[in-house]
Amino acid sequence: MAVQSTTIDRKLAERPPASLWRDAFERLLRNRLAILGAVIVLLLILLAVFGPFITPYEYSQTDTQLVREARGPANPGEAGHLFGTDILGRDLLSRIMDGARISMTVALVVQVTVLLIGVPIGALAGWFGGRIDNLLMRFTDITYAFPDLLFIILLTVVFKDTWFGGAMDGLLLVFVAIGIVSWVGVARLVRGQMLSLKETEYVEAARAIGVPDRKIVTRHLLPNAIGPIIVAVTLGIPGAILAEALLAFIGIGANPPRASWGTLITDGQTWMSSEPHLLLFPAIAIALALLSFTFLGDGLRDALDPKLKGKQ
Amino acid sequence: MIEPQAAPAAEPATGQALVEAENLKVHFPITSGLFQRTVGAVRAVDDITFDIRKGETLGLVGESGCGKSTTGRALIRLRELTDGVVRFDGVDLTTLKRDQLRKMRRRMQIIFQDPYSSLNPRMTVGSIISEPIETHNLASGRGKLERVKELLALVGLNPNYTNRYPHEFSGGQRQRIGVARSLAVEPEFIVCDEPISALDVSIQAQVLNLLVELREQFGLTYLFIAHDLSVVRHISDRIGVMYLGKVVELGPPAAIYETPAHPYTRALLSAVPIPDPRAERRRKRVILTGDVPSPANPPSGCRFHTRCWLYERLGRPENCRTDDPELRIVQPDHRAACHYAEDAMQSDVGVAHIGAEPIKRKAFGAGPGAHKPVADDSVPATLVTGVAPDEGTGGGTGGSGTGGAAPPE
Repeated sequence: MAVQSTTIDRKLAERPPASLWRDAFERLLRNRLAILGAVIVLLLILLAVFGPFITPYEYSQTDTQLVREARGPANPGEAGHLFGTDILGRDLLSRIMDGARISMTVALVVQVTVLLIGVPIGALAGWFGGRIDNLLMRFTDITYAFPDLLFIILLTVVFKDTWFGGAMDGLLLVFVAIGIVSWVGVARLVRGQMLSLKETEYVEAARAIGVPDRKIVTRHLLPNAIGPIIVAVTLGIPGAILAEALLAFIGIGANPPRASWGTLITDGQTWMSSEPHLLLFPAIAIALALLSFTFLGDGLRDALDPKLKGKQ
Repeated sequence: MIEPQAAPAAEPATGQALVEAENLKVHFPITSGLFQRTVGAVRAVDDITFDIRKGETLGLVGESGCGKSTTGRALIRLRELTDGVVRFDGVDLTTLKRDQLRKMRRRMQIIFQDPYSSLNPRMTVGSIISEPIETHNLASGRGKLERVKELLALVGLNPNYTNRYPHEFSGGQRQRIGVARSLAVEPEFIVCDEPISALDVSIQAQVLNLLVELREQFGLTYLFIAHDLSVVRHISDRIGVMYLGKVVELGPPAAIYETPAHPYTRALLSAVPIPDPRAERRRKRVILTGDVPSPANPPSGCRFHTRCWLYERLGRPENCRTDDPELRIVQPDHRAACHYAEDAMQSDVGVAHIGAEPIKRKAFGAGPGAHKPVADDSVPATLVTGVAPDEGTGGGTGGSGTGGAAPPE
């Protein structure tokens, strides 16, 4: 049969090829809220990376002048402190910027841990099915059923004096602990994706061709499962940040003088009536970060899987 | 509508079998409870034996859920067999080791029904078609690209589409991509699993013609699965009819359509409307009652006896309930699995209209096609049993097709 050249064909030939990724990116660009979220997330990341070079003060540095005068914390805008200082005379802006570092690291470390545990477990369970699936999923259920807080506290107690417990001012341990209790969702998601994708006809076609299993997983299954995984990870970040803040609030986490946003809020609430800015600024920071990630995650979900729009 | 250019291959291949299925069984376990205990099995394919000859196109028809697709997949070992043997060119596929099987896969391929789910949406057309080439180390680098372009041209697509993604194509084009992918390994045998059922009617003929052309060009052997009797008739050298996991009749199209020997086949044919008012009036309908029984718990004896009109007509003979009829020879090269095949052949159910004087059809041109009986006229004669849209009109036994009814024009 001869090559058909209809007008549709010619139009198609002239257009640049559009991969699903490019289409998704274009859809994302059209979502204003998601772009706003992405910009704020980007700012937070820049702040986390370059914060130490641009902060006016060290986060742990006390304004001795203020202390000598023996007056309370500086109010916002007073004495060269844009956000004021805490009761020890430390610049609040600098401390929030350092807190951003911690929160962004939480986002990264927790989600990397989640991916490292969740994706292999979900993929193995979904691909092999049967007994292996049963075993891995029951293990997942058990993890899910175990009280998160108790587990994290146990972990921090057990590893307190080891290298692992001391790394990153004690934060690494907390991050990994949070990751260990939050991979369940991703594992279940990946398993579900595997189960549905491995029944598709293109996977069957690959089998008929004789493509080795390993390649079927890496070429056909994972690339098609990656959209939902990206969304789950992005939407999981606010939870991780919140979990870290919560732990900091009850005193688990960064060793002083480092302070995460959660710690700042704890400190701030003590002086809430007289020095509201100590509570207000960290709270705003945390809310902004959570909202941005949520908007970005929602936008990604709509962009990567238009069918899901409006659900969840 | 569907008007393939080529009739069934001129010389029906005889003798040498390329694919042989022997007592093929595929059962899917039904599990329940916490420990996934097996409590039963869906007998999707239950003990069937047939062969596909070299260069032949074997059509396989049957209702949804009768096991056609499972049979097709089992033949190229995409489904593990529960029991039985599948031989390809004399080699027993069931005992092959993984690597040997992979080598064998070069020789047998499959084309799927749904052109939307059979192409990986994240891969370009180029990488979809080169995957089989890479897997079997058939070409690399420049040669690979050339081969991909050649394949695209072969199936009637623009060879420059290699960096396009599947969602940029229409259903028919995507189906062509699927065909190109299966041709990439130069197979001898292709299972066509309802390759045109999901396509637009206007596109069906194009893809069907493509398949026929490729068959002529490369001497391919097809297992052509469909539920459209007219399509199968057009392109098959032999036709197998399946019911509830069994092949109930197997033979050349002429035998299946003109002297069907199984009551089920006759019932199916009787449900096909005929686009010729005179013949249509002579059509004798048998409406099958009840539903298809569950393949998890098939009836004893002959599986069709619960719905069989002949069983009723013969006064419910006992052996229909107790003995599973074998697929036996009723005419040369024509087999049927019915204890009373001879009685079935004597009835005029499903073939009553054959021999009716063909009406001169000016509008459509009274070509030689006008003599072909039954479903020849490409009305998508979907295999629907039970309720028929034209109930009440078909029941008449009128041989008096001389009324003044002119064909609607």
